[in-house]
This record gives sequence, structure tokens and C-alpha cells, in this order.
Amino acid sequence: MHINNVEIEDTFAEAFPMPGVRCIITAETPAWAATAAQVTTGYATSVISCDAEAGIERVLSPDETPDGRPGESILLFGFSREALQKAVTNRVGQCIMTCPTTACYNGLPITEKNIMVGGQLRFFGDGFQFSKRVDSGERFWRVPVMDGEFTCEDLFGTRKGVAGGNFLILGENQSTALSAAELAVEAISELPDVILPFPGGIVRSGSKIGSKYKKLPASTNDAYCPTLRGLVDTSLPESVNAVYEIVIDGLSLRAVEEAIRAGIHAACIDGVVRITAGNFGGKLGPHHIHLHQVLSVEVS
Amino acid sequence: MPLKLNYISESTVPVEADCITPDCLADLSVAEIEKLELLHGNAQAPLAEFFEVSGEPGEEIIIEGDCSRVKLIGAEMSRGRIVVHGDVGMHLGAEMSGGEIEVHGSATDWVGAHMKGGKIHVHGEAGHLVGGAYRGSRSGMQGGVILIEGSAKNEIGCLMRRGLIAIGGDAGDFPGVSMLAGSIFIFGMPGIRSGAGMKRGTIAVFGEEPGNSRRTLEILPTFRYDCTYRPPFLALYLNRLRSLSFPVPETEDGLFRRYSGDLIETGKGEILVLEN
Repeated sequence: MHINNVEIEDTFAEAFPMPGVRCIITAETPAWAATAAQVTTGYATSVISCDAEAGIERVLSPDETPDGRPGESILLFGFSREALQKAVTNRVGQCIMTCPTTACYNGLPITEKNIMVGGQLRFFGDGFQFSKRVDSGERFWRVPVMDGEFTCEDLFGTRKGVAGGNFLILGENQSTALSAAELAVEAISELPDVILPFPGGIVRSGSKIGSKYKKLPASTNDAYCPTLRGLVDTSLPESVNAVYEIVIDGLSLRAVEEAIRAGIHAACIDGVVRITAGNFGGKLGPHHIHLHQVLSVEVS
Repeated sequence: MPLKLNYISESTVPVEADCITPDCLADLSVAEIEKLELLHGNAQAPLAEFFEVSGEPGEEIIIEGDCSRVKLIGAEMSRGRIVVHGDVGMHLGAEMSGGEIEVHGSATDWVGAHMKGGKIHVHGEAGHLVGGAYRGSRSGMQGGVILIEGSAKNEIGCLMRRGLIAIGGDAGDFPGVSMLAGSIFIFGMPGIRSGAGMKRGTIAVFGEEPGNSRRTLEILPTFRYDCTYRPPFLALYLNRLRSLSFPVPETEDGLFRRYSGDLIETGKGEILVLEN
């Protein structure tokens, strides 16, 4: 298969189920909402070494937020609901509660599978916290802080999401591959229910499982490192001198597939030689996203 | 066509009609409904003496006429909907746990007393003790929403534990007296001694007029001024009230004076006053 003369390899991305949560951050100004969102989703690229994978989903206008203020929607994913609860509580407590004027609301339906966030952070109020419940809605907490009060919902709904959806852009040179990756990020950022947890949405240090060093769970993906072409069993065509990976986490398999489709279409520009995907031979992740299959479906 | 009850009595003696709920009437025939016994003064009398009954019994009841002497309409109801075109008497929706009552008229005392859930919307005025507790009880309203578009009288939310009361106009004395928790929104001005003896909960006042001493809130000496700020959580309530078709002014950007009290109790209640 080719798109704009770019070869699409007949392979698949291997993805994993991971519980996800959506937080709606609001603040007095869009800038403070953005600051809180950026800080909360920092150091959250991969659960290999981070407590969660997180990213900004989109910017929200005042009429889209519960308290009518400017906001941002972020998604966070964790290994398990327990791990996610710990990560989200820590991040909301350290990065949103501390940020001027902010509030934090749940962005997914409440079911039996929830995590408690405000219900834990309330203790920071040292007994002066206020519990409120609007009508039959969910409980939220008002914690007194030095610029007024921090409002945070008691429970946050979770959803079984999909993490690790990916594709690799193999370019003739670094600048072309990076331009293609940036276009892919721009296209994916328009879509709902997905995030790109890596810096700017792009990964340059793709990894393989394991290492010659026993303690390392992952190490550099040598088959795609151009500087190792002469030393290892390379996967790079002759003309490729740089590779970037786009990693996608989403609230559903469909959302991740849509993102892969939109991203690949955007990345197929002059100077890109091949698009492929990372997998572990299909032995680890239950979700196999076949590139040809995904791209053969019309974009809705 | 839903069940329709047209009030036809001209008696000045109060009638207790606690059977007028969808729970009681939905499964009965019109003939059976007409035979239901109501308490008229100290004697029992069939419902047909007071109401002309028509339509099909079900989850909705429409009442027409001046029912200002009919007590306990919707008391203990748990489901369905009652719409009243006219005034209603005391204890409207008392102890109800679900469903909805809408009154296109006014109500008198004890609207939603000891209410546990559901919604009461009175488009006119209300009397004393809206969402309150019967004398000797430990707590009043424990959930649900009471919306009064006009004014209300004394002791609204007396001993209230949970839920939301919104008053579109002014309120009488002692709003939120001894309240345990919950929220009372007064879009006009309350009378004296707001929140007296309150332990927790929120009383928000929106109707102060600068320079008008008669419309400046009197704060009890057992309340302490905290700060003037913009509480983000109020927008959640105001949005909810708008979604319930309750007329709410655009006050999201307003600043509120916050007072903590009542210090003769825990001091963990609050009065928020919009700075106009």
C-alpha cells in the first residue's frame, strides 16, 4: 500500500488495555488552565518509568466547563485503577491544587469503576474542607487555600482505554521526518478521546523490550537507529536517515485507530520513505491495529 | 389524557389529601379514586365531594382550582409528577422522596418539609418553613430541590440536612435556622438572623442593594467576616438552577463576602453575600 508515494508496511501496532480518566481543569484565565494542564501531564510519557501516561486532550471554552471558566481537558492512563488513583491524586494535589485559581472536575460518567480524588485531597483542608452535592449530582469538595478555595470532585469515572497505539515515520533526513511527525501530531490533536503522551507528541527514543543489562526492562530500538545500520539487523531502508514514532493512548480502540489513520495520512509527505508500526510479535498486547486495515476504512 | 382533579368545593374547612400522589392513584380506576376518603376537618369524606375526577390514572396528575385549603398534596410521593394550576395548602410534598411537583400558583407553610428527594417548583410565593423540620424533629429536608420563584416567609430550611432550596424573591426571618448542612440560595433579601444556630451548610444571598440600609444583610454577631472572593463552586449551582428553568441572574463574575458561623455552634457554616 502507498499513500502519496509513501510505502505503508503491512504490519500492525500492538496496544494494551489501560484504565483512563479525564480531568477537566478550569481557572480564571486560559493561561492558568494551560499551566495547570501542562504541569499535571508532565513526566508522564510511558508507564515504563512514569506513574501514568498523560496528555492534554483539548482546550475548552467557558461554555464547555462545569463552572463556566476557561479550561483544558486532560487524559491520564495507568497500569491499573489502583495505580491510576494514586497517580491522579498525586498529580491533582501537587500540580492543580497548587496552581492559582484552578478547579478540577471529573470528565467521564460515574459507574462502579471510579477512583477517589477529591475525597482524598480533602484532608489537606485540615477539617475546614466543605463537602457539597448539587442536586442528585456527584459530591465535590471545597478545600480552603490561600487565594480562596480549591474545588475538586470526589470521584472520577474511569474507562478501559487503549495505550501504546503507534506508528513510525521513516524519513530521508531528520528535518523531513520531524516535519512529517509534526503534521501527524497536528492532525491527531483535532481528535477527541486521544492523547499523545510524549514530548510534543513525538518519540525519538523508540524502545524494544529488554536489554543486555538485566535490570533494564526496555532499551533502544536498535533496528530503527540509523547510526547502528552497519552493526545490527536493521529494519531501515537504504535511504532512511531518521525515524520518529507517534504513540497514542485513547479512551477506546476506535479512537486510537482513528488517530492512527489521521496521523498517517498527514505524515505521508515528500521525503518520507516508509510508515511502519511497532509490535512485539503479537505476543504481549491484545489489540493488534493493522495499518492496512485501518487505512482502508474511509475517514468518518 | 392524564388524571385530572378539578377542585370544586367551597368549604372553608381544610382538607387533608395525602392520597393525591401518583404512588396512590396510578393503579386505581376513576371510580375508585372518587371513593377515596379524605379528612375534612375532623370527619372523613369521599374525594368526589371536593374534586371532579377525569382522565386516565397514571404517573401524572393535573390539579386545577384554588386548593389553598387542601393540605398534604404529594406528601410522601416517590415517583411521577403533579402539576397544580392554582394555589395549594400546607405540607405540599412533605416527606416526598422522588418525583416532581410543579405549582403554577402559590403555596403556604411547610413546602417540602422533611423532603428526602425529588423536586418541588412553586412559581408563586411560599409560606413559612419551606424544607423545614416539624417541631421536635432533629432534621428537616434531607435531599432534593425546592424552587420558589417568588418570596418565602420565616425559617426556610430549618434544621435542613441536605439538598437545595432556591428562593427567587425575598425571604422572611431566620432562613437556615439551625441548619445542619445543605444549600439555600436567596435571590432577594432575607429578614433578620440568617443562619442562626447553623452548624454547616451554605446560605447565599444575592439581593443586597448598595446604599439601601433596609436591603443590607444583617449579620449576627456570632458570624465572622472571612474575605471577599469569587467561589467557583457557585457556578455549578447556578447552572443547575438554570437547567431546572429557575430564573437566575448572571452573577458568575460577582464577588461575594463570606462569613463563617454560627460560632455558637461549630462555626462551619457560611453566608455568602453578593457584592452588588
